[in-house]
Parts: sequence; structure tokens; C-alpha cells
Amino acid sequence: MKILVAVKRVIDYNVKIRVKADHSDVDLTNVKMAMNPFCEIAVEEAVRLKEKGVATEVVAVTVGPKAAQEQLRTALALGADRAIHIETDERVESLAVAKLLAKVVEDEQPGMVILGKQAIDTDNNQTGQMLAALTGLPQGTFASEVAADGDKVNVTREIDGGLQTIALTLPAIVTTDLRLNEPRYAKLPDIMKAKKKPLDVKSPADYGVEVASRVSLVKVESPAERKGGVKVASVDELIDKLKNEAKVL
Amino acid sequence: MSILVLADLHEGQLAGATAHVVAATQAIGGDIDVLVAGEGVQAAAEAAAKLDGVSKVRVADNPVYAHQLAEPMGALLVELADGYTHVLASASTTGKNVLPRLAALKDVSQLSDVIAVDSADTFKRPIYAGNAISTVKSDDALKVITVRTTGFDAVGTSGSATVEAVDVVVENSQSSFVKEELAASDRPELGGAKVVISGGRGMGNGENFKLLDGIADKLGAAIGASRAAVDAGFVPNDMQVGQTGKIVAPDLYIAVGISGAIQHLAGMKDSKVIVAINKDDEAPIFQVADYGLVGDLFEILPEFESKL
Ligand SMILES: Cc1cc2nc3c(=O)[nH]c(=O)nc-3n(C[C@H](O)[C@H](O)[C@H](O)COP(=O)(O)OP(=O)(O)OC[C@H]3O[C@@H](n4cnc5c(N)ncnc54)[C@H](O)[C@@H]3O)c2cc1C
Ligand SMILES: Cc1cc2nc3c(=O)[nH]c(=O)nc-3n(C[C@H](O)[C@H](O)[C@H](O)COP(=O)(O)OP(=O)(O)OC[C@H]3O[C@@H](n4cnc5c(N)ncnc54)[C@H](O)[C@@H]3O)c2cc1C
Repeated sequence: MKILVAVKRVIDYNVKIRVKADHSDVDLTNVKMAMNPFCEIAVEEAVRLKEKGVATEVVAVTVGPKAAQEQLRTALALGADRAIHIETDERVESLAVAKLLAKVVEDEQPGMVILGKQAIDTDNNQTGQMLAALTGLPQGTFASEVAADGDKVNVTREIDGGLQTIALTLPAIVTTDLRLNEPRYAKLPDIMKAKKKPLDVKSPADYGVEVASRVSLVKVESPAERKGGVKVASVDELIDKLKNEAKVL
Repeated sequence: MSILVLADLHEGQLAGATAHVVAATQAIGGDIDVLVAGEGVQAAAEAAAKLDGVSKVRVADNPVYAHQLAEPMGALLVELADGYTHVLASASTTGKNVLPRLAALKDVSQLSDVIAVDSADTFKRPIYAGNAISTVKSDDALKVITVRTTGFDAVGTSGSATVEAVDVVVENSQSSFVKEELAASDRPELGGAKVVISGGRGMGNGENFKLLDGIADKLGAAIGASRAAVDAGFVPNDMQVGQTGKIVAPDLYIAVGISGAIQHLAGMKDSKVIVAINKDDEAPIFQVADYGLVGDLFEILPEFESKL
């Protein structure tokens, strides 16, 4: 079966973002960018399914600016076979991303689509579920284990109370949680090879999808800063402060 | 305005989160209905009817909604959404799993993790691990919203809404429930606890988490963990606090052997009082802690427990 993996270019998870002085947005100038960590886990899972002989081809897709091709090259270096770049400079919302991915699903007919559970910039946690709804396919979100078996897949999900396992018919949509796997690092020869792997560039118009935003960003502010407190010298002092100053004990 | 709230269930009972979502709904204003869907959920429906401000509880009690699987739940919401201006759920794993399906099928955007209501179409939500708060305005006719429960105080339980059965039954041949492994604990749930004590990689192993038990017993606290502690297998995933785990805002949060990475802070920095116990006096957690105690947790925890 073919596996489609959606990857998103986001700020590196170590970057502490700043809000622009005019509150119009966050300041992304010269900020280090990377593949969304949950998407790395998605690529890794797809590649492992290929190594196990379950998958025959892994196709990586991204929606984003020209620079997002870096993340597609990373996916190719990690083991994806080819890539599709849907190029746009717009601020594309989850619903529009899902509509574009639904068109790619229609073209490519994958047996499974793997996405991250959330992108660490907007923290939406929506795209996979929206894609499932639009394609009419079942979904296994927040996956910590994916076991494909014939025309079914069992997905173990990280839910608030613990773990839940569900069985889905294939094709299915899966979104990754942190414990699904530990992504590998790309090796230099693979990075070189990735440069020659096929990468198709498309536009949202090629798919007939309108990407204009439905949600307007009114303003972006910094959260209330916490004032750093004091260091206490002993357990006795800590308990005293908690009882008599903070009054939480 | 007319608003539908999807109730959260925990083992068939009404979960605490729903009272917070109803509070967010009151901030929007309008008629409030609550949908309780599942199998054998009459008790949950009765509990929902007591929530202040609710006018009607709609109950979809059918085996197809057992375990609130995404496909039938999404289809049910699509059937029921007509006539409502807003559909809300908590940003629990159920709300996150189900609501985007409704949004997509109604061709509207979803606003995730809303923490404040400015008006009926304008909301605040955190982005970038809570390092920025965006104010967003939705032009969609139907607003689909998940609510971060820590942003809204729970409503009271002196209401008496009418309870009405919903007879919509959808088909589902695509997904089925296999099993669940739920953490059994007598402690309060992380999201609702007044006191939370969390351990990180510094705890060393799962056995050492017992050092937190006695303290949690004395304080009536829930126990949490950092991602590093969960990844290392010290404790189960449902204990993870942070950007990609649970968001908590208790009166007192005690971080033990946790360095204070931005992803962890995103899950706890709205706590009223933060205590950090760490042997590294430069650990970033001290920058957000009201009270920091530098030292070895293996010495501090037993002393703390005995003196409480
Ligand atoms: C400051 C700021 C504020 C914003 N506010 C909002 C807002 O309030 N509401 C809103 O809807 N959008 C907002 N956006 C748009 C935002 O950039 C997202 O691209 C968009 O919402 C997609 O959602 P997500 O990536 O958070 O999705 P998630 O659902 O969190 O992403 C899950 C997974 O979907 C896949 N995926 C997501 N995007 C892509 C992509 N472009 N290409 C390939 N795969 C992808 C990945 O596998 C990813 O791991 C904002 C952007 C900025 C810069
Ligand atoms: C996509 C993504 C999502 C993430 N989501 C989350 C999330 O939701 N929640 C989360 O927590 N993290 C998350 N992380 C991980 C985060 O970046 C950190 O790696 C993690 O929080 C570190 O955990 P820690 O503080 O327990 O470990 P460390 O950073 O290793 O810190 C251990 C601390 O223990 C102290 N210590 C050690 N021994 C002792 C002792 N004997 N006595 C006292 N102190 C001691 C050390 O001084 C140190 O400060 C995420 C990361 C990524 C990339």
C-alpha cells in the first residue's frame, strides 16, 4: 500500500517566539525553522511500515511557501520516495490544508495517510480529523501504536484517561502522538540522495481549492509574564511561606 | 444565539470539564443546550441537567455512540448542528477528536483551545506553546470551538434543565472499539485538581515516583509528570503535563526534578502558586517559580512529607 505523509514547516521547537511590537503577529524574521516534531514521527512511522514490507511507497506532501521544500527534502532523506509541494504564501488554515490534502488523497489513493497530531506553532490539532471527515475515511488520532493487518489497522491512542485501542478499516487517517516512535536522524549520503528524488510543485489553484482565510487575526499579544519569585533556604521556610504568605496549605 | 455543548464523559459519567465549557458558553450568551451521547448515559444526562445556565439536555443513548468514537459522533453532531450558532466542547482528547469533523463537514473553521471570550465571534487562544495569545475573529455562520477548561471557572449545579431524548442513529462500519487501559487512581483528575505535584527526569525511575505519593495524599493532590518522565517509561502517558499533554492551572503546582522546558511551562504556568524543587540553581523552572528550593529531591521530598 501507498502511504501519504503530511509535513509542516514550523519554527524550531527550541525557539521562544516574540510578538511584534505592533501586535499584528508573531515575529518570524530570522527564526530557525524545522519540520514539525509530530510530522517527523509521522515520516518515521511511514518509513518503518515500508521497511516492514507493509507499505510499498511513501509520498510526502506539504502546503506552504517555497522554503517548505527544505522539509520535503528532509522527509525524502529520511526515506520518503517522492514529494508533492503545494506552494502558497498565504496563511493557510487547517480546513484549507485538509481540503488540499483531500484532493491529493483522491489523486494518489493511499492506503493510509499519516499526519502529526498538532503543529507546534498554531497548536490547532485539527487537520487530520478534518481530512478524515472530508474524505469519509476513519481516523485514529494521537496514535502511540499502529498495527496494520490486511485490510484493517489497529490504532492505540493516547487519551486523557490512558490508552484506547480501536480497529479501523483501510484506507484510514492516522495522527501521531509522541510515543509512537523515536525518529531517526538523516545520514549524509541519504541527504545527498534526497536531492535527486522527485518533487512535484503544484498550486492550490491546480486543485481548485480556495485557501483564503475565514478567521481573521485581530491581534497577537504576549501572555502575562510571571514574576520570578524567591529561593527559600529550607523545607521549613518553604512550608512557612506556603502556609502564611501564599496561603495554599 | 443558540449554543450546543458536547458533554465530556469519563467512564460513562459526566466529566468535570463540561461545567467549564458551559461557563465559556455563558460568556458568549444565548440559549444553552448540552448533548450527552454514549451508551448508558442517563446518569450523565441528569448530572448535566443540574449545570447552571443549561436550558435543555439532549441525550443520544445508543450503542453506536459507545466510547464516543469519532465517526459516529461527528455524524451525529452534523445532524444536530442546524439551528445553532455555536458548537462547543472541551479541548479534551474527545473534543479534539470529534469537533474538527463537524467543522469540516459544515465547511467552517474551528477555533481550538479558546481561553477567553471577547464577543460572540471573537476569541482569545494561545499559540506557540502559550508564548503568544492571539485574538481571532471568525466570520463563519457556525462557530465550532474547543475550550481550554483552565480559562473558565466551572458553573454551579443548582440548575434544572429539561432532558430530551435524541433519536438520531447513525451507521458506523469503519471503526470499532477494541480495548481501553485506563489509569485507575483514587486521586483527583489532573485537569481539576487544586494541587498538582509533578515529577521529571530527575526522579530517576518509576519506583521513585512513590516519593510523591505520600505528599499527594496529604495535600489531596493529583500527580503529573514531564514528557521526559513519560518517555522514559517512569509513568503512563496520561500524566504528562505540557503543550502536548494536559494543561493544568491548580492553586499550587509543585515541580520536582523538572528543568522547565517551554513545552512543560506551557502546561502549568497559569497555576496560582508554583514551587520548584531542583538541584540545579540555574534551572529555567526557577524563573517561573514563586518559591524555589535548590537541593537533592531525594532528601527534600521525605522531609517535606514528614513536616506537612
Ligand atoms: C500568528 C498566527 C496565528 C494563526 N492563527 C490561526 C487561527 O487562529 N486559526 C487557524 O485556523 N489558523 C491560524 N493560523 C494559520 C496556521 O498557520 C496554520 O497553518 C493552519 O491553521 C493549519 O493548522 P495547524 O498546522 O495548526 O494544524 P494542526 O491540525 O495542528 O496540524 C496537524 C498536522 O496536519 C498536517 N499539516 C498542517 N499544516 C500542514 C501544511 N501546511 N502542509 C502539510 N501538512 C500540514 C501536519 O501533518 C501536522 O502535523 C495562524 C497563523 C499564524 C502565523
Ligand atoms: C514536540 C514536543 C512536544 C513536547 N511536549 C512536552 C510536554 O507536553 N510536556 C513536557 O513536559 N515536555 C514536553 N516536551 C519535552 C521538553 O522539551 C523537555 O524535554 C522535557 O520537558 C524535559 O523534562 P524534564 O524537565 O523532566 O527533564 P530534564 O530537562 O532532563 O530535567 C531534569 C531536571 O531534574 C533535575 N534533577 C536531576 N536530579 C535531581 C535531583 N536528585 N534532585 C533535584 N533535581 C534533580 C535536573 O537539575 C534537571 O533540571 C516536548 C518536546 C517536543 C519536541
